[in-house]
Amino acid sequence: MSILGTRVVRTEDPVFLTRGATYTDDLTDERLTGALHLTLVRSPIAHATITSIDVDAAKDAPGVVAVFTGADCDLAPMLGFPAAHKAMLRPFLAVDRVRYVGEAVAAVLTEEAYQGEDAAELVDVDYEPLDVVVDMKEALKDEVLLFPEAGTNLVSGMHLNKEGRPEDFFADCEVVVSKEIVNQRVAAAPLETRAATAFWGEDGRCTLFLSTQNAQAARDEVAGWMGIEPSQLHVILPDVGGGFGAKIGADPEFALVGWLSKKVGRPVRWNESRSENMTGMVQGRGQVQTITIGGDRDGTVKAYSLEVVADAGAYPRLGVALPMFTRMMAPGTYDIPKVWSTASVVATNTTSTAAYRGAGRPEATQAIERAMDLFADAIDMDPAELRKRNVVRPEKFPFTTKGGAEYDTGEYAKAIDLALKAADYDGLRAEQKRRREAGDPLQLGIGVSSYVEITGGGAFVENATVQVHEDGTVTVLTGTSPHGQGHATAWAMLASEQLGIDVDKITVKHGDTDLIPKGAGTMGSRSLQTGGIAVHHAAIDLVELAKQRAADVLEANVEDLVVADGSVQVKGTGAAVSLAELAGREELKAFHEWDAKKPTFPFGAHVALVEVDVESGKATVERIWAVDDAGPILNPLIFDGQRHGGIAQGIAQAMLEEVMWDEEGQPLTGTFADYGIPSAAELPSFDLVTMETPTTINTLGYKGIGEAGTIGSCPAVHNAVIDAVSHLGVEHIDMPLTPMRVWAAISEAAK
Amino acid sequence: MKVDITVNGEPTSADVEPRTLLAHYLRDTVGLKATNIGCDTTSCGACTVLVDGESVKSCTVLAVQVDEQSVQTMEDLGIEHKVTAAFRQEHGLQCGFCTPGMVMAAVSLIEENPDLTEKDVREGLEGNICRCTGYHNIVRAVLVAAGKDPDAAQAAGADDKTVAPGFSAGEGAK
Repeated sequence: MSILGTRVVRTEDPVFLTRGATYTDDLTDERLTGALHLTLVRSPIAHATITSIDVDAAKDAPGVVAVFTGADCDLAPMLGFPAAHKAMLRPFLAVDRVRYVGEAVAAVLTEEAYQGEDAAELVDVDYEPLDVVVDMKEALKDEVLLFPEAGTNLVSGMHLNKEGRPEDFFADCEVVVSKEIVNQRVAAAPLETRAATAFWGEDGRCTLFLSTQNAQAARDEVAGWMGIEPSQLHVILPDVGGGFGAKIGADPEFALVGWLSKKVGRPVRWNESRSENMTGMVQGRGQVQTITIGGDRDGTVKAYSLEVVADAGAYPRLGVALPMFTRMMAPGTYDIPKVWSTASVVATNTTSTAAYRGAGRPEATQAIERAMDLFADAIDMDPAELRKRNVVRPEKFPFTTKGGAEYDTGEYAKAIDLALKAADYDGLRAEQKRRREAGDPLQLGIGVSSYVEITGGGAFVENATVQVHEDGTVTVLTGTSPHGQGHATAWAMLASEQLGIDVDKITVKHGDTDLIPKGAGTMGSRSLQTGGIAVHHAAIDLVELAKQRAADVLEANVEDLVVADGSVQVKGTGAAVSLAELAGREELKAFHEWDAKKPTFPFGAHVALVEVDVESGKATVERIWAVDDAGPILNPLIFDGQRHGGIAQGIAQAMLEEVMWDEEGQPLTGTFADYGIPSAAELPSFDLVTMETPTTINTLGYKGIGEAGTIGSCPAVHNAVIDAVSHLGVEHIDMPLTPMRVWAAISEAAK
Repeated sequence: MKVDITVNGEPTSADVEPRTLLAHYLRDTVGLKATNIGCDTTSCGACTVLVDGESVKSCTVLAVQVDEQSVQTMEDLGIEHKVTAAFRQEHGLQCGFCTPGMVMAAVSLIEENPDLTEKDVREGLEGNICRCTGYHNIVRAVLVAAGKDPDAAQAAGADDKTVAPGFSAGEGAK
């Protein structure tokens, strides 16, 4: 029986549940003996020139070994994204100007961590405040410039649609609806904050322990910033406590830690605090969208337009690229004859943006799914019915969209039907009708979303090595980089399937650039369809190699050999030689590089049920039914776990979370006490419905599942809350749907 | 100041700065690294341990406050313990960072209330944040560890006033 598709409990867990995982701050490596602790002095002002920095008092404080400012730092300022305006450079420590609250201004190195906090307070920085721009649309006016030398706040024109929208774009539509909506800034907030630890060896190489999602990219980036060859840098990832996109690649602090370690000739450790993380770590989303949808009263959607302003924050990072995905995925699951989009990315005096679970695609889904509900409302059609009428038909795949994507496989109407059936949609509508007619203060809202997303987009190539040892154990090396996704178990299953060796005997290694020089890490839900498939093929290659060798040993033809239960066997006879024995004779190892060449497009449909107290505005998510189709399921335990976490983060954005600043650029959500991460008490259990439509682009049919839940749940919940109060005249409420916002919308509609 | 604290049944003793938090004492002085620190506002619960059997966020307690007391961390349980075993079986952890605190909070919760419902578990773990699991499988794991059938415990949320498990039938049903 195949192990693929079975529920295998994780091999990681016995250690995680006893000794605990080993994160960067937990390292007790003896090479870190005598490590200094880095404390960064960060700007309390959003936009200012620095007139002076006095570090004398700090240098005299107990335990202080050194204090560095921007004037002492010879690392060349870096451009955080290649396509960004070339003048938008970021120094590793601010020199004469700060551009957001939280920007690093000085570095304090102390013997003990707590001494750093004391000494940092003694660094005296004089700031001359400048005008601040926090609002994206204000920033586009270029009245307050973050980089005067750039002459503009426009970070990149790469997503601008220079052709413009045709005047007659909606001319053939009976009904046209337009709305400006906000996809608010959110914090990834992995429970482990950022961390880096460095030491230099006698061989002149730097070893950096990092909390990141891809060791190899971090090595190349950090080496570039430090001005050394990548071969001079050894990046090692201990266990990583969540990432959600915000730990893709490297952060400037990582290079600073390496540089400081060289400078003082001692190991240096840095582990940021949560309040530091809430302004220092890159954040997600942050778009203002103008959606316009047109079509006929019979429910035919004919034209859709999406105009995006995206927030880059103060210094460009990966966030600059993400509107590409928002534009690509703009039409969602729908076969719309005309689709037009454009996007501007703008700098503001806020924390930089980058990827957060979904990274550009949830923004597209939110926009089109709100648009579909607005259009359904305008023509008085059931929103589920409108969706089913307009989705791409199964016979049209592979389907090239007006967004420029080639959808591999999908059955969108079937997914919607499965979700509706699971939810007893008609029954819910009947109950909603009853409560509306009764004037019940507790109103029901039912929200539907249909979604498609792109996984494994970008980095198509991944490698794996599978080696059998003479003691019968197996090592798998992977260029992917788990931080909660269970690769140690999943990749062991893929190898076990071919080798017939138990998963408990298979060790998966990752995140060490000397051991695994190439790899693209874990992001964009890419791991299984790239790295997993590479393991699958490497294991097959190893089986072929073993058969070749066994043919000599067993004096048999290769065609007569099979590998099962960890040995090569001659079919129909009892003759066999174990893989372990073959490994004892000669190294038994296979490397495979797999090029997926294309991304895949998982899809699904969610139905959310919310209850809204129309007197207080409080909305509660009661149930969510999710169909998430990412092809065949390798391990349902891990697959469903990814969906649960994703669904929770989508609900969290819809209902609770928003990173906020005041007009002066002061963070209002700078700690976990202020930022609305949901607890168990704010979420329901989730109802998952299975559907498996394989992709055609890889041998096993796998697509990615890491982000799907977030992409599907957020618009379903958003639509549900508005649906609960739509009979009171409410058309739209921006997220997060707090009691105040819902109550205000009801009150406004009543006027 | 000198403290004598029993940690996982073993006596420990050290001269600590008065401001040393219990979390730092456990991690840096005793060297038990399972207990994690995820925030600086006592919001996340990753540092939850038991002090004389009661669950406590160890970032909110000074080491000197638990002088002459007994502390238990996840390291003391082992993988055969009903709570850790259930977390593994029900996939109640992903990245593992919240896990030591979540597990200890669950141990305490089960001890306090032997007849847990899904709602009890959700409210009982309100002080512990997990960013990975959406809590679904954590709740199941705690119910399993408490000897409950998680599916039945979920359905038990339904009664004659509800139109489906887990949500009300509105004010009109009263």
